[in-house]
Amino acid sequence: MTKEFKKTLLSAQVDLSKFTPATDEEKHQQEVMSESTTFFKDGMRRLRKNPLAVGSAVVLVLLLLIIIFAPMIVPYNYAQIVKGAGNLSPFQYSDGELSRIAAGESVFPHIFGTDSLGRDYFIRVVYGTRVSLSVGLFASLLVLIIGLIYGSVSGYIGGKVDMVMMRIVDIIYSLPDMLLIILLSVVLRETLTPIIEGTVMAKLGTNMLSLFIVFGLLYWVSMARLIRGQILTIKQNEYVLAAKCIGTSAPRIIRRHIIPNCLSVIIITTALQIPSAIFTESYLSFMGLGVSAPMPSLGSLANEARASIQSYPGKLLFPALAICLIVLALNLLGDGLRDAFDPKLKR
Amino acid sequence: MVKYVVKRIFLAILTVIVISMITFLAMNAIPGGPFNKEKATSPAVIAALETRYNLDKPLPQQYLLYMNNLIHGDPGVSLKTGRNISDIIAESFPISAKLGLSASLFAVAIGLVLGSIAALMRNKLPDRLIIFFTTLITAIPAFVLATLLLYTFGIRLGIVHVWSPGKSNIVLPVIALACYPMAYVTRLTKTSMLDALNQDYIRTAKAKGVGNTKVIFKHGLRNALIPVITYVGPMIAYIITGSMVVESIFTIGGLGSKFINAITNRDYTLIMATTIFLAVIMVIANLITDIVYKLVDPRITLE
Repeated sequence: MTKEFKKTLLSAQVDLSKFTPATDEEKHQQEVMSESTTFFKDGMRRLRKNPLAVGSAVVLVLLLLIIIFAPMIVPYNYAQIVKGAGNLSPFQYSDGELSRIAAGESVFPHIFGTDSLGRDYFIRVVYGTRVSLSVGLFASLLVLIIGLIYGSVSGYIGGKVDMVMMRIVDIIYSLPDMLLIILLSVVLRETLTPIIEGTVMAKLGTNMLSLFIVFGLLYWVSMARLIRGQILTIKQNEYVLAAKCIGTSAPRIIRRHIIPNCLSVIIITTALQIPSAIFTESYLSFMGLGVSAPMPSLGSLANEARASIQSYPGKLLFPALAICLIVLALNLLGDGLRDAFDPKLKR
Repeated sequence: MVKYVVKRIFLAILTVIVISMITFLAMNAIPGGPFNKEKATSPAVIAALETRYNLDKPLPQQYLLYMNNLIHGDPGVSLKTGRNISDIIAESFPISAKLGLSASLFAVAIGLVLGSIAALMRNKLPDRLIIFFTTLITAIPAFVLATLLLYTFGIRLGIVHVWSPGKSNIVLPVIALACYPMAYVTRLTKTSMLDALNQDYIRTAKAKGVGNTKVIFKHGLRNALIPVITYVGPMIAYIITGSMVVESIFTIGGLGSKFINAITNRDYTLIMATTIFLAVIMVIANLITDIVYKLVDPRITLE
């Protein structure tokens, strides 16, 4: 009796013929792990779930399509003056154009009407949006590049170099930026004109150049601070120590290990920098310090419209709406990116 | 604490010196002097004028002379109108200060209330409305808002006097100036209030039976105020620069519109004096903000 009891207790006594090996399909059912995902994919998945961010992205893409393709379709130029067609309302034709239509010719409608000189307002707003958007984009890229280099050098080297570099940043940071921007725009406009005469840059206009110079001089400091802070934290990680131990050079460590890890913060800050640059540009254009005429920007269009607001209030509406739409969409998209990619906020 | 304050004051003075140098150099880099007019002035007269205003001396000496006068309370005379700059500033600064202070108070008061409401009614209708409107407001530039307000209330409805300087109403400019900071304060208050309400001390206070109002005001709002204080410095900077545009739209003769006029007229001395004056105000505002911030919250350690 005791002998038989011992027999059933031992697992080696299990009758193997009662078992069959699992099929591949059955093995797959046991895998509880989901498909492996990268940081980028994970962030994009979260971004797609945010309706505001998706909506903003759609609006921005639509705006981009309009400003790229509208000048190819609309037969007017931003500086082209249609005679006798000053201050038309949207979709109104001048007398000359009406007689041409009566003669069987097809005339492209003035979608937003015309301005006081008889220039097609729709195409001016389109070009204004082009100018404002590209100023915002390039100014932000400039800020990004300078801030990235300065911040990573300062943060990575550390010690006395960091101390001196950060004191310089402190001083620039405490300068009243708008005052200096106005001041420098005035000065640079006067001094740059003879220097760039006849070069490619003359086409860009001194005001535009001075805007970039000012951004490059003043606005990079907060980006540099941010990147330095990120690098100081990332530098403490073990993988950086490991890379150092196997003799990796400093630039390679910065490129391969540190920058990819603070990439999300950099992208988000740049995205949020663009609307602020657009704001600054429109502000300067509004004071007559922005892009040079006849090239329009949204700010200068709004300024022109202000002069005749009593008679033609509609003229302010289009550039103002364009500014608001761009800034709003970029802000919401930036917020969405932050929520989606900032690991600190991950729930 | 004393060490920190001394360090901050030192940095503030350094900032003002850097600004004055940049301004001075920038002004001198502009080709074309202040005596360039349409009709030709004889070289002798120009030379006399230049000696009179020390413009014939080397640059560093000009700068030192200017700073010496400035420290003794004499920013010189306007090169275009010949008026004393101290008079111009004394006359126009109170107007700008009144506008700026009203706008700041308005922005902080409304922003705190709206932000607290949004935080306390999180994800309910009032919160969503408040966040929707503040997001919208941050996308509208001050000059567009000012022009729209002027058009609607001044021209269309005729409620407010517009084109009469001196008599003009301050309500519209204040609203135009305060909207952006107000939206910012609202969002800042909301996040910091939500943060404060999730802290352990709030739970402790509730657990020991403190009333709801007292918890919100004494434990919640007091802690939520700290990030708002840090925004005061940048807010003043925003209001000073914003007020230039708003002042010129509403034709208010404040310091901001004087600055813009000085720039278009190339009035060197007036530009320098105005820039330095406004910069000093911003630097002092930032200094006070930083010190108050550390004083208010004992948890922040001083270096």
